[in-house]
Parts: sequence; structure tokens; C-alpha cells
Amino acid sequence: MALDRLDELYRDAILDHRRNPRNSAILLDPDIACHALNPFCGDEIRMQLALDAGGRVRRVGLQGEGCSINVAAGSMLTEAVMGKTLDDIRALADLFRRMMRGDARAEAMLEGAGDLPSLAGVREFPVRIKCALLPLSALSRGIAEYC
Amino acid sequence: MLDVRKLREDFPVLSKTVYDGKPLVWLDSAATSQKPRQVIQALVDYYEGYNANVHRGVHALSVESTYRYEGARQKVADFVNAGSAESLIWTRNTTEGINLVAASWGEDNIKRGDEIVVTAMEHHSNLVPWQRVARKKDAKLRVIPALEDQTLDMEAAERMIGPRTKLLAASQASNAVGTIIPVKELIGMARDVGAATLVDGAQSVPHMPVDVQDLGCDFLAFSGHKMLGPTGIGGLYVKRETLERMNPFLTGGEMVLSVSYEDASWNELPMRFEAGTPNIADAIGLGAAVDYLQAVGMDNVREHEIQLTAYALEAFKEIEEELDVYGPKDAARRGGIVSFHHPDVHPHDLGTVLDRRGIAIRTGHHCAMPLVQGLGVVATARASMYLYNTEEEVDALIDALKEALRYFGNGAG
Repeated sequence: MALDRLDELYRDAILDHRRNPRNSAILLDPDIACHALNPFCGDEIRMQLALDAGGRVRRVGLQGEGCSINVAAGSMLTEAVMGKTLDDIRALADLFRRMMRGDARAEAMLEGAGDLPSLAGVREFPVRIKCALLPLSALSRGIAEYC
Repeated sequence: MLDVRKLREDFPVLSKTVYDGKPLVWLDSAATSQKPRQVIQALVDYYEGYNANVHRGVHALSVESTYRYEGARQKVADFVNAGSAESLIWTRNTTEGINLVAASWGEDNIKRGDEIVVTAMEHHSNLVPWQRVARKKDAKLRVIPALEDQTLDMEAAERMIGPRTKLLAASQASNAVGTIIPVKELIGMARDVGAATLVDGAQSVPHMPVDVQDLGCDFLAFSGHKMLGPTGIGGLYVKRETLERMNPFLTGGEMVLSVSYEDASWNELPMRFEAGTPNIADAIGLGAAVDYLQAVGMDNVREHEIQLTAYALEAFKEIEEELDVYGPKDAARRGGIVSFHHPDVHPHDLGTVLDRRGIAIRTGHHCAMPLVQGLGVVATARASMYLYNTEEEVDALIDALKEALRYFGNGAG
């Protein structure tokens, strides 16, 4: 381990998403557009979702400026919501929040949600949990405004 | 010269270890300083020995608490050469002091079409209150820009401070990039046009000799917790003539002379500006902090910080190809703050890696969002030093930064 349990925080998947954020694009005709800013550090994230006729996520766009954890969490989230309904995303958001609070069952239930479970290690760094949650708070707010 | 080794023994927290035995390296004094035993003991002595409300009791403890509390005011007033203790108002912190001026003096004196001049390097606490006053009064807020090296554009200052200027409000030292701002020159320009002047001393009063008579300002606000004192106590110096013409900020108990059901008259200075039971213990604690700083000598504190900052700026040259370091290159023109940024590694990530090595720095916009955005970044990492920091700690910072850059640069994990 390179540095004092840091690898638990900066897992391979996180560093990979940080280097190559997925769905890094602006959707010009989104059904849902959302935004969140962490006023304490200036980290910022914007996300857009386009839905298909059946109400499932067809495309996602992500733009953000922030630390590894914030960018990676946003990137992972865009992959995890693809093809999902808004109800699915709400359930996913609930599981993710529970995982970040230390709920092992929720962590197990997130197994199918792409790379999101790799953020579980952030729990050991309490001051960074808000970085991991910022993209999700943006998305939850966007969905609430849409519905 | 400071005997830093010996002085460090006064600060219990500095011998603490974090994360399985890593010695704490406290490089976040610009956010809040650590406290010496003498200050902690003053708080214990108050609560264990003579806790009582001030200015009202007829009993022994109230007499003692009033005596110590007003004694602390005198010490803090002398520390900035306020002239008299009546010119020193207790506040919670710098932010509250500036808001007091904005709400009281600003409310009565800023008129439509007036101009309030600030610098580009203000903390939000010396910017947002003036934005609000300007909006409310239909006055104009003007911002003296910073030059490329984050020093103030003094030519622009000369152009902007003019007959319409009603107030100049400027920090003496930038909390975000460390620049020392030549406030005395700015105050001179403002006084020439008859404007009032406010100095935000949050980052200067703890670190260098500050003399309000020499500066010639109307207001100086500062925070106790950044100068070895407790949290929740700060000072606002107001020039006597200005203070006498000001209306109260908060109203209620302590600040009144006599009250009927219909009306009230105001108490004498400075109590007129101190409504309610004050923060007695922490005021006394700040008095103890001032005693400590006076014993060390503020010239010595400043000299130590210049030397340490020069050492740090030199050490940062080892990684200058990778990092942007902000602020003037000359340590004598800056406080003990080094703010830096890596194009690919976010300050938060740097901060976390350093933290696991026991090194505490601040990351973020440092409550100076417009300034930090002007640097073209959303956040910086900031190491800030004080009288108890050592060259070894700067070395530890640089080593940890190198390791962090390797960690992220080599595709770590």
C-alpha cells in the first residue's frame, strides 16, 4: 500500500473514472437538468438526462469541476443510471446513501450498479463523504423538480 | 529570535499524533491558531475561580470578573494601540465586527451615489456586507484589482479612490494568497478625499505589529481565535470621534443607560455596542493570548514568519514545475501563507494525502471565491504558518507533496 490506507480511498476504479470521466458531454435537449455546488470547497457538478418514450434514461451528460471523489462519483453515477426509470434511480440513490452511512446490506445490493460500490472506502474518510454524495444530491434534486 | 522548540511546549496539541503515531504538523493557522496552556488556563481559572456576570453584581465574584474582563479589554486595546479601552468593542470575530460597522455606520452614512471601495483580495466577510449596504443604499461598490502576482494595483487604487468614495474597506493581508496589502497608503488616499477607512486585520493582527494610530484608520476588525485566543471572541477598534457618532448595532440589556416602557437611552462607550451578557471567559482568554504574544514580541513573530516563508518559497522551488504557487515572491511582502495548485491533482486530493501524513492544510476557495476564480481555478491548497512552526515542518510538507504528486502522477492505485 502506497500511503497510509489511501488506496482504500483512491481505488483503481476511482482513479480510472477521474482520468476518464464517462458521459462527459452536454445534452442540449435534456428532460432533466440538474446542478449542485459545494459552497465550502467550490466543487461543482452539472448533469443532464434524456428519457425515452418508456421513461427510461436514454442518454446522460456530465460536466463537473472537482476532486477525484466527486468526479469519479459523478462518472460512475452516469453509468449506473443508464436504462433506468426514475423510480429505479430513486431506489439506487437510497441504497447509495445507505452504503455511505455504513449499511453493509445496501452495499451488497449495489453490486449490480457498475462501479458505485468502489466508493464504499470513502466512508473511512468522513470529510470526503460529501464529495461522493454531491452528484447524487444534484440528480435527486433534478428528479424531484421534474416530477 | 524565537526559541520555537521551547515555545512549542506551551501548546499541548502540537505534541499530539494522528493516524497511528504521525506527529501533527499544523499548517492551518490562517483558519485558526492553536492555543497555549496560558490561554487554556485563563479559561479554567475563570470558570473555576470567579465565574460571574459583569457590570451588575454587588458581590465579590462579579467584582473580580468585571475587573479581569475590563483588564482584558485594556490589554487588547493596547495591543493595537487603540488609545483608550473605550475604543475597543468586543465582537465574536472579524465578520461580526465588519457587520457591526456596516449595520451601524454604513446604515447612517452611506447615501445614494456614494462609492464603497474594496480590494480584489477581500475575504467574503469584507465583501458581502458591503454588497448588501451598496444594494440597499443604491451606492456603488468598486473593487481595486490585483496584478498578475497577486499584489494590489496601486495605480488603479489611486484612480478609484476619489471624491465619491465614502468608505475604503481593505484587508491588511490576504487569507487566500498571503499578500500584504499596503493599507496605510490606501488609507492615506482615502483620507485625502474625506472617506472613512476600515481595515480587516484578521490575517495581520495575529502576525505582525499593527498600530491603528499609525495606520490612521477609523475601524480595525480582528478575530481572537486566529491569534492564540479562544473561539467566539474578537475585537473591533473604532476611532473615538467616529464611535461617538455611531448608533447601536444590537439592542437590549447591558447597552442601555435607562429604559422606560416607551424609550431608552444608550449606555456609555463601548458598552453601547455590546448588548446582552458578553463572552466574559473568552475575552479574558484573549487577554491571556495578548499577554503571550506581547511576551514573545510581535516583531519577533513577524521576523520568524518572514524567515519561514522565505524558506518555504525556496523549498517549493523543488516542485515548481508541477505546482503553481501564488502571491509575491518576496517573503517580506507576504504573510506566512503559501497557496498552491496542481493542474491535474485537485486540492482536496492533495489535502487528504497530506492529512494521512499528519499534515493539516486548508483546501478550497478560502472564502475568497472571486479572487480564487480570478486565478483560473476553483480551489487552492493553502499552508499557513505561525510562530510555532518550524523548517522541519516545511520539509515534511514538501516531502509529502512530492509523494502525493507521485501517487497521483504515476497512476497510483
